[in-house]
Amino acid sequence: MTAAAAAKNQPTPRSMVEVRHISKTYPGGVEALNDISIDFAEGQLTSLLGPSGCGKTTLLKIIAGLIPASSGEVMVDGRVVTGPGPERAFVFQDFALMPWANVMRNVAFGLELKGVARSEREAVAEKYIASVGLKGFEKAYPHELSGGMRQRAGLARALAVNAKVLLMDEPFSAVDEQTRRKFQEDLLELIARERKTFLFVTHSIEEAVYVSDRIIILSHRPSQVSSIVEPAIVRGGGPDRIRRDPAYLDTVESIWQSLKRYLD
Amino acid sequence: MTLITETVPAVRHTDFAASPIAHPAMLWLISAVVVCGAWEIAGHYPISPAFPPFSDTMGALFAMILDGSLPRALLITLKPLSIGLIVSVFLGVGLGVLMGLNRFAEWLGSPLFIIAQSAPLAALIPILTFAYGIGLTSKILTVCIMAMPVIVLNSLTAVRHTPASLVEMGQSFLGSRWQLILKIILPAASPVIFAGLRLGCAAGFIGVILAELLITPTGIGDIITYNQSIAEYENMYAAIFAIIVFSVVFIMLLERLEAVMFRPEKRAIS
Repeated sequence: MTAAAAAKNQPTPRSMVEVRHISKTYPGGVEALNDISIDFAEGQLTSLLGPSGCGKTTLLKIIAGLIPASSGEVMVDGRVVTGPGPERAFVFQDFALMPWANVMRNVAFGLELKGVARSEREAVAEKYIASVGLKGFEKAYPHELSGGMRQRAGLARALAVNAKVLLMDEPFSAVDEQTRRKFQEDLLELIARERKTFLFVTHSIEEAVYVSDRIIILSHRPSQVSSIVEPAIVRGGGPDRIRRDPAYLDTVESIWQSLKRYLD
Repeated sequence: MTLITETVPAVRHTDFAASPIAHPAMLWLISAVVVCGAWEIAGHYPISPAFPPFSDTMGALFAMILDGSLPRALLITLKPLSIGLIVSVFLGVGLGVLMGLNRFAEWLGSPLFIIAQSAPLAALIPILTFAYGIGLTSKILTVCIMAMPVIVLNSLTAVRHTPASLVEMGQSFLGSRWQLILKIILPAASPVIFAGLRLGCAAGFIGVILAELLITPTGIGDIITYNQSIAEYENMYAAIFAIIVFSVVFIMLLERLEAVMFRPEKRAIS
């Protein structure tokens, strides 16, 4: 009980993202979200977990400013969200890499859109390409990379704009199981290294428990917050320790029990 | 119609890519030899007195190239063709992209091009002649009405089918509307736009010959009609052969242009 326990005793960190009474009804009458209010603490990784089709991605995209909410408001870093902003960066489920651009251009694309000079943005991109483990693939095109490597490029692109909040929409769901595990381990290292706030959407209970400081479980559509879990897991003991930690296994089991009732 | 088969190379040469026979140039040569050989035999058989063998046709082709009549005719044909194609390509892509980006423009424009694509446009040529006479204008317009619909509609579809997540990616990284169009939508649309350009330009070639046969005989159309009327079938076939070769080469160059300008990842494969 070292780092995690110590963090608990400190005053609660300030909210980086505040979701206030968000509801979303899609045209055609599908009610995705129903009056959701959540705070996301600064510097933590918070997962949104729920049955498939429960509106997790919808909520994340509302926070990203990519789709408007039907009612309610989102505050990021104290400001009301009206659209995408420089303090947020998005990691896409299907990677959203441009097939006609190489890794270097894809990773530097956020800076390119900002108008950063080529040499400068490529220097930044190079650093993040190396930090996600893609060094040597700068000139490769997306179709030459495996799914896991493509998502690493997507992650590097989000890191390169140096946003305070990283919004990750099921980033590992299109990646095979083994790559996914490696990816989760790397993500923990990344969280420790980058002082950022992570919002993470996933449908995998194990993944959520493994990587998250806090898990928000959403109910069936129209979604409401069903419960909030803070896994009391000792980090820093290495991936094997975490996966064998009784607290990890118990948390996975109890979340599964609470989610079961939403199936069928 | 040989044009279209050349646009899907990725699937074919994978298994037997190792043997020298599988080299694209070799395949080209084999297929050319088979077709020309069959033509030669059919010409000697003979199917019809109006169907000369391949060798006679080539003889006539070289004779017409050497005495300058074919190059001269080609230059004449090239005038309405090139003006028509330039107008169709730029106006067509422009309109198509605009219609893809703007629902109102689509509502306004797409019915016209959908009708134009399915209507027998050759039937409109007499109307064009009434309106614009028998000169260059009618021939240019014939090229345009043949070439433009498929260019416009392909551009429209291409823009409309930009992967949604790429657009969201551009928005989330704060791209302006113009940046999204220039850096994401157009590059993403370019394969389908270029597919439309290849089809449209091929249709433009058909259009110009149609105009030269139906409006007034000039250029290649003149060689075809004249030699048909005096039963010099070798010359007629030579002119048809020449325009087909010209069209195929043009379409292939267009494909090369696309790879060089828009598809760096295609070059990376080869």
